[in-house]
Amino acid sequence: MKTTVLVKIATQSIRKNKMRAALTMLGIIIGVAAVIVMVAVGYGARSRIRAQINNLGTNMIVITPGAAQAAGVSQGAQAFPNLSLDDVEKIRKESEIVSAVSPVIVTRTQVIGDAGNWRATINGVDTDYQVIRDWQTSSGDFFAPEDVNGLRKVAVLGKTVADQLFPGTDPVGREIQIRNVPFNVVGVLAPKGQTATGTDSDDIVLVPYTTMRAALSGRLFIPQILVSTASESEIPAAQDEVRTLLRESRRLGESDPDDFTVRNQNELAAAAEGSTKVMTLLLAAIASISLVVGGIGIMNIMLVSVTERTREIGIRLAIGARGSDVLTQFLVESIVMGVFGGLIGLALGFSGAKLLGHFTGWETVISPLVMLGSVAFSGAVGVFFGYYPARKAAALHPIEALRYE
Amino acid sequence: MSDPVTNDAVIRTEGLVKTYVSGTNEVHALRGIDLTIGRGELVAIMGTSGSGKSTLMNLLGCLDSPTSGSFELDGVRVDGLDKNELAAIRNQKLGFVFQGFNLLPRTSAVENVELPLLYDRSGRKRDTKALAVKALERVGLGGRLDHQPSELSGGQQQRVAIARALVTQPALVLADEPTGNLDSRTTVEVMALFQELNDEGVTIVLVTHEPEVAAYAKRVVEVRDGRIIRDHPVKDRRSAADDLRQLDERSAA
Repeated sequence: MKTTVLVKIATQSIRKNKMRAALTMLGIIIGVAAVIVMVAVGYGARSRIRAQINNLGTNMIVITPGAAQAAGVSQGAQAFPNLSLDDVEKIRKESEIVSAVSPVIVTRTQVIGDAGNWRATINGVDTDYQVIRDWQTSSGDFFAPEDVNGLRKVAVLGKTVADQLFPGTDPVGREIQIRNVPFNVVGVLAPKGQTATGTDSDDIVLVPYTTMRAALSGRLFIPQILVSTASESEIPAAQDEVRTLLRESRRLGESDPDDFTVRNQNELAAAAEGSTKVMTLLLAAIASISLVVGGIGIMNIMLVSVTERTREIGIRLAIGARGSDVLTQFLVESIVMGVFGGLIGLALGFSGAKLLGHFTGWETVISPLVMLGSVAFSGAVGVFFGYYPARKAAALHPIEALRYE
Repeated sequence: MSDPVTNDAVIRTEGLVKTYVSGTNEVHALRGIDLTIGRGELVAIMGTSGSGKSTLMNLLGCLDSPTSGSFELDGVRVDGLDKNELAAIRNQKLGFVFQGFNLLPRTSAVENVELPLLYDRSGRKRDTKALAVKALERVGLGGRLDHQPSELSGGQQQRVAIARALVTQPALVLADEPTGNLDSRTTVEVMALFQELNDEGVTIVLVTHEPEVAAYAKRVVEVRDGRIIRDHPVKDRRSAADDLRQLDERSAA
């Protein structure tokens, strides 16, 4: 018997029991829709985090003091010697792969401008910082190497700080005071938006790190060194090289563990994505339970249907259907219900995810793989839960089936 | 044609035995049936309930296999065939008409009649719908093609069932108490249709316990206790068409 005929017979008998088929499919519909929405939300969160990590810079490598982990226990940054300017100099002079290096010295303090004062993050950086973070200025320029070498009191403002201190005017050429030290504003950065952790990247003031040490804090503590390479393919080699150089500059013995951590952007992204990945998986798992329950619903109805249609099966067998024809018919019926339910669930989940994104402002990403997968899965649910009832139908003896009242 | 034409037999059985085993009990439903039915015959198999006529009907209809004995249907040895081969034989060579009509509910007359053609495995390309329509027209239901069984009278439903039996042009039409659920007038109508079909050459075997129905056949085979006790041609064969005319005249008067 041809498959098209079987599908025709199966859809015929589904159409004859529209209400029942609809209720049977409901389980699958809800299951698939739930999976799609949950995964869309999870993927959306992940893709946002990835975009924010990529926004950090280009081919960037981040060096932080302290090992990420020692014997499975995170030691925290304080337990290890800090990074120093010697480390920065070592990388700058001896690295062959790294194309840009900048320390990042951080402090948070009050900044005074035309329109009052504003508490901002002050970063002491080198000129390479602009290259590493791929951060253009919207007005004025980034400070130059002479500014760094000459310990000049110049500052580049983030968009938020610029807006707060100089609303409606261009701050370039104006003066701000950081801890009562006057700084000349030479540039304003283009906006970058939120970071992966939800803080404002633009709430920042950049000054030469040399000036910062001399005029502001005097501290030697460097919480971060940023490094970048010319191309993405050089990143792993650069990481290795930086690690070797740092071990030399910090005089670590053969058996000593690293007292610093070198991570690239992908590793940062993976760390940030870890939690959302778990969440997505959890949500999808919960939603899948309803798919399984939907499958049991199909099995239940198919079993009832086999009993109810014993006579029909008898007739089909009498006029020449084989057991395998009956088996296939019932199997196709449950597959059609599964796939059809899956498609309706897909449409529902798709529009549900869009609506959710529209009303909550969450980014939702619907991957074709998930769409295909959930419909295929609901078909498989049809096969799995339809097989037992179908086999029961196929095993009927024509005489007994015909005699059945 | 009332004599069995042995060299052109549709059915030929020798020593057909069917024994059912239930627990330690053996039930001898058929104790050795030798039966030959030629092409173009209209045979009534008669017997009371428990006589074994239903078992014989199931064997002749290839719905069941004999315990022993041989059975040839339309020149094909049937005993010993497996389930799938029997299914193919039923599809190709047999047409069934049942007491309870046994039409698929919520399925139009045409779709019901088309059904056996859909299970055809011979790979022939045919317009199954057109054949079904033709079969329905043949039994006088050309105007009821899209009616569902619930919208048809008992007589009409049985005509649909007959059309379904005819649509594959089988070697044999097997009718199991085809008038059991019908009133007397409809019984005569259906028997008239059977006689008409038989006149056109369709071989028909009816199983019945009603002598009035058997009187329309050409030959009567009586079964009791699993054996054939009488096998004779019908002497005063009734014409259902004539009876129908008389019924009409009586009701008109």
